[in-house]
Amino acid sequence: MLTIKDPARGLVGHGVSTCAGCGLELAIRVILDILGEKTVIVIPPSCAALFSGYGNETTLGIPGIQGNLENTAAVAAGIRAGFAHRGMTDITVLGMAGDGGTVDIGLQALSGAFERGDKILYVCYDNEAYMNTGIQASSSTPLMASTTTTPAGKLVNRKNMMQIVGAHGIPYAATASVGYIEDLRKKVAKAKDADGPAFLHVHAPCPTGWGYAPAKTIEVAKLAVTTHCWNLYEMVNGKEIKITKQIKKPAPVKDYLVLQKRFKGVTDEGAAEIQAQIDTEYANLERLASLAE
Amino acid sequence: MLEGNGAASEAMRLARIGVVSAYPVTPQSPIAEVLSDYVSQGRLDAEYVRVESEHSAMSVAIGAQLTGVRTGTATSSVGLALMFEMLGVAAGLRLPIVMPVVNRALVSPWSLWCDHQDSMSVRDSGWMQFYAEDCQEVLDLILIAYKAAEHADVLLPTMVCMDGFFLSHMSQAVMVPDQEDVDAFLPFYEAKNLKLDPSDPMFINNLTPSTEFMEMRYQQFEGFNNASGIIKETMAEFKNRFGRGYQPVEAYRCEDAEAVIISLGSMSGTVKHIVDQYREKGKKVGSIRIVCFRPFPTEDLLRIVPENAHVGVLDRSMSLGAQAGPVCMEVRSALSERRPDVRVQPYVAGLGGRDLRPVAVTTAIDQMLEGTFNPAAQWLDVNENAMTIRRYTEVA
Repeated sequence: MLTIKDPARGLVGHGVSTCAGCGLELAIRVILDILGEKTVIVIPPSCAALFSGYGNETTLGIPGIQGNLENTAAVAAGIRAGFAHRGMTDITVLGMAGDGGTVDIGLQALSGAFERGDKILYVCYDNEAYMNTGIQASSSTPLMASTTTTPAGKLVNRKNMMQIVGAHGIPYAATASVGYIEDLRKKVAKAKDADGPAFLHVHAPCPTGWGYAPAKTIEVAKLAVTTHCWNLYEMVNGKEIKITKQIKKPAPVKDYLVLQKRFKGVTDEGAAEIQAQIDTEYANLERLASLAE
Repeated sequence: MLEGNGAASEAMRLARIGVVSAYPVTPQSPIAEVLSDYVSQGRLDAEYVRVESEHSAMSVAIGAQLTGVRTGTATSSVGLALMFEMLGVAAGLRLPIVMPVVNRALVSPWSLWCDHQDSMSVRDSGWMQFYAEDCQEVLDLILIAYKAAEHADVLLPTMVCMDGFFLSHMSQAVMVPDQEDVDAFLPFYEAKNLKLDPSDPMFINNLTPSTEFMEMRYQQFEGFNNASGIIKETMAEFKNRFGRGYQPVEAYRCEDAEAVIISLGSMSGTVKHIVDQYREKGKKVGSIRIVCFRPFPTEDLLRIVPENAHVGVLDRSMSLGAQAGPVCMEVRSALSERRPDVRVQPYVAGLGGRDLRPVAVTTAIDQMLEGTFNPAAQWLDVNENAMTIRRYTEVA
């Protein structure tokens, strides 16, 4: 075992075996920095399981359990119930799952916990495919992205997870991005203090799966936002929507696509189709946000 | 008067479970309803998590138990099947969760009624399994299960199985012990080994290399070995305190018996009744009831099976593709090397809610007394049209 002479400053240790440039790694460090030691984490088998550790080693300075792929929310709900029974109300119960474990196989357990109002903080770090198993498409994989199960590009648009979460009317939900750390920090703090379930949907670019140089994670994350491919907003009680990062003059979607090998096969017509899809989604978001004003 | 489901709910209330996670499934639903009532009336100080599936029921129980709280859930049939993945997690994490399983057939075809295919299908999941004969036993075995399961040398989850409808919905006079006595028998729950506690952080259930995996499985194996003795001690303590005695395996009129029927659950009552009838006629017939199927009471069985007996095992489920049902395979495995004097005949009976009619039992006993033997399972009380009903035929 290595002896670390210079211990990590946060609750996540050094030497995590994530890929270079991992968006998730940045996200979890920031999230646990805000949540602090009085946090219990539930992690499914996924890229996040690299933080669970291996054998008798873990990277985390907080208690946690690796559950199963589909039940992060249910295990978290059980932990919350156990603490509630014991009168331990000052502990944050955090579920930290990827898009596959959330928008696909984990949707039922998540919906159940949100409907019941279980006070858990659920973070979906979205790298837009099953990266840990080898880049297979999930229902969060964007239109025309190539993965190992959509080699010619995904034929259908991604699921709008925030709308699904919003339908539960939970006190706090927000999107965030590792490209906008201050925005992420504020939202984690709000989610922690929510009076009931909270959901954070964090865009976490993946150099390995998306096909860009590891040094460009932040650039890619920022471009996703400035092209309206990933919009930053909050949703209170499932209806009060506020866009937290307004992009006055959005860059063309193509600027975002060309950085990534997964969109290599997208033709000019394809890019135009994606642009139209993105524009429609943003217009819809603005309309919803205007209703809340 | 309590039904089997009511007896289970009473036992869980007396065990002071702190978190209930339950999902309705026939014929288990009354347990979920009654526990919910207890919580809302304040008769049970517990969090009630109205989960959206059995998979989540077990996931919630696991999460809650890891915070140091005794939990309760119950299921049946397809619900148990949906839980399958999480059964192994509860077992591997050594969480002594106790769960009533109301036995009901598995699909297909659909059936609401009793057989043992559900719990037998999960017999290798690392859970102890007790099978109750009547409603009193449901209550008693649940209390015994909590106590034995939570023993530091055991730490195994436990299913207390009762036959769907035959027990779950049958009213019977049940002695419900006082809370004080139960508290003295079953102390306040504390998490042993694994726990989620910010003042003592540990990460539970991460990826484990092959250099450790087998050793951790071996620990479970040893837990079952330890459980054999600890269950007996717990049953003896229960008898001292509450007056009702149990054994992992029970013999009935087995001395000098030439033919012995082995069964479990509510079938055993019928079998004992028929044994009495044979004995009245001077026929040397006995019965053995397996109360504790996991850990399997091999040594006790070896001791009580009479010499040179013909043993017939009534399985209420079938291991399709094998020669025998799961209980019979277990009995054969226990007796094969050490009791060459004994011949074990597999029988299958009472599937999908079919009553165990006396004719099924007498057919088996008569065959054994005549010395008829067939190594493959004999299906008892099966209609003659078995191979023609719902059968695909070419229309000319």
